[in-house]
Amino acid sequence: VSNEYFTLRVNGADRDVADSWLGESLLDVLRDRLGLMGTKGACTQGECGSCSVLVDDRLVCSCLVMAATAVDREIVTIEGVAPADAPSDVQQAFVDAGAVQCGFCTPGLIMAVHDLLDRDPDPGDTEIKEELAGNVCRCTGYGRIVDAVRRVAVARREAP
Amino acid sequence: MTVFVPQSLDEVVDRLRADPDATLIAGGTDAMVEINDGHRRPGDVVVALDRVAELRSWRHDPASGTVTIGAGVTYTELMAPPLATWLPALAEASRTVGSPQIRNAGTLGGNLGTCSPAGDGLPVLAALDATVRLVSADGERIVSVGEFMVGVKRTALRPGEVIADVTVPVLTGWQGYAKVGVRNAMVIAVAAACLVVDAPARRVAIALGSVGPTVLRCPEAEVFLAGAVEWNAVEPPSGGRVAAADLARFAELVRTAARPITDHRSTAEYRRHAVGVLAARLAGRGFEVVEEAA
Repeated sequence: VSNEYFTLRVNGADRDVADSWLGESLLDVLRDRLGLMGTKGACTQGECGSCSVLVDDRLVCSCLVMAATAVDREIVTIEGVAPADAPSDVQQAFVDAGAVQCGFCTPGLIMAVHDLLDRDPDPGDTEIKEELAGNVCRCTGYGRIVDAVRRVAVARREAP
Repeated sequence: MTVFVPQSLDEVVDRLRADPDATLIAGGTDAMVEINDGHRRPGDVVVALDRVAELRSWRHDPASGTVTIGAGVTYTELMAPPLATWLPALAEASRTVGSPQIRNAGTLGGNLGTCSPAGDGLPVLAALDATVRLVSADGERIVSVGEFMVGVKRTALRPGEVIADVTVPVLTGWQGYAKVGVRNAMVIAVAAACLVVDAPARRVAIALGSVGPTVLRCPEAEVFLAGAVEWNAVEPPSGGRVAAADLARFAELVRTAARPITDHRSTAEYRRHAVGVLAARLAGRGFEVVEEAA
């Protein structure tokens, strides 16, 4: 990447990034250059997990990825998880379990829960807590979030 | 500003020949924090190392009994078998790093490159007497991890060099890592320790994190504990038997070796105390403790 223009593959589409400062984080590029506001930014130091996205199927904090280094990778944001009018099973479970209060941490948590359940379809409470330790929620106390994860695990197991 | 995304170590070295002071980014978990905060401006040339095939791989050499880990291997990868089976203390230390998001990005080479006194992988590498291979356009050199870590966030890496890989022995004997912080997850160590037992050689090694300008080994404590242990007195995985009084003496020698400071995370006094507790706790896991001298 040797000029101020590069292309990122986001949610299955090639997106041109123009006029960015090349040191910018993927978080800033997603929000400020590409208008994808679902990914939230809070701490910008990898502590809070609000900006979690998948880069080549790996859950990472987009604030800690220099955007220009993510060329040719498959980036999936919360907007790419499911269409707006058809929530994913994890998104629906968060609604059903009341796991959303102010909602700021929710996109990052949805990304993390999808990643967790893809790797471990039947996590215990300890695993859920350890795997979600990088996503900070200041409203719920986590009880209903853990409940939402369990609901999805059960529903997927019982699905034909 | 230019960002390079090389695929091979040769490409990295060529780029560094042209731009010896290029900013190297591995997982980005340290560098991007400083860049986001404005504490650091990346150089005119940035080289991303996360797609360099040689750095992303590891190999086991049964003949020499060693594992060589590419600098770009992540903590998540270090937590999984077979690496975790050969190097359990490194897996345990990796599990204490940040969160899944951080462990998916952060690398062993990045831990070395940052060289924070609190780097979780570093006490393990020190206790295992790891060697670090540094590559540049002029060739390569191999340094011990002790030589590599010069001071607080200072290393022996020269302009134009990149950390290629780390070689550590696969030992027979208990090993573990422990750290103290304000919570279990997402925590930077206030004090940390790694204990490695080489049972056939009847040796122990202990290295301390966050209690000195860089990771510290404790030669006196190591010699004392190895001499105090009644080796082969109990079934593996325990290395042997040790008297509680000797464990306390070991912890005291570890405290003496520590060189902690007071900062925003803790006081020197607490760090010195805690690192002794960790040392005794680790030794108590690695050996069977008896109240009377055996």
